[in-house]
Amino acid sequence: MNSQLRVYCDTAQLSDLRQFLESILKVTQLSEIEQHQVILAVEEVCANLIIHSHDCNSNEYIDLNVISSKALIVFEILDFGEGFNILEYQEPEISQVIKSKRKGGLGIILVKRIMDKIEFESFENKNICRLYKILNSK
Amino acid sequence: MLNIEKRLENDIWNLILTGEIDASNSVELDAAISEVVQDGAKSILIDCAALDYISSAGLGVFMSYLDEFEENNVKMVIFALKDKVFQVFHILGLDQLIDIRPSKEEALKG
Repeated sequence: MNSQLRVYCDTAQLSDLRQFLESILKVTQLSEIEQHQVILAVEEVCANLIIHSHDCNSNEYIDLNVISSKALIVFEILDFGEGFNILEYQEPEISQVIKSKRKGGLGIILVKRIMDKIEFESFENKNICRLYKILNSK
Repeated sequence: MLNIEKRLENDIWNLILTGEIDASNSVELDAAISEVVQDGAKSILIDCAALDYISSAGLGVFMSYLDEFEENNVKMVIFALKDKVFQVFHILGLDQLIDIRPSKEEALKG
């Protein structure tokens, strides 16, 4: 099954994104806690793009495609512009986050701990981040 | 949607969070904590019984106060987290860094 959502680059869109993801995930065999975590991971990537790659410019957008089968669900997040390669990002130590009083950096750690596999590719002006969750594991 | 109610009970500031905290509204949590700190709060209880969601933006707000609170002897306790929300703290190990209690009674025990 495939589902799509276009998210304009405004953080006010994040609650709509969560509702969209919830409707897809509730029919999977993931537990309520796992569904919650997957929603969080996808939102973290989208929020990161909205804020850091697109400066909350609501004229710009990111596209989310969700491809699900019985065994696997894949979240494909597409945007245009300067890409953010989640795989190359060196996430901070938690202790650094406390010391520097920075309020960012935790989101990517969450994504990497929640999802089973992450891919990033970029060509020309288009960036794709794919988040995989195996439905019969963890 | 996030609602934050601030209530002073026996010199303890209670922040009652209802709804969801994400990147769109985490500044409201920051502002609420900052306000009670400026008011001289030495003890802050965060009631999360009606909190359905927190993203890293909200977690980051709590984290950003930890050093300052330790230096200034301000006690912050988060209590009554729903299991699904607690698990988010747990994934990052924040349950080891932040004082998290199951109930208000436990939170008041100090």
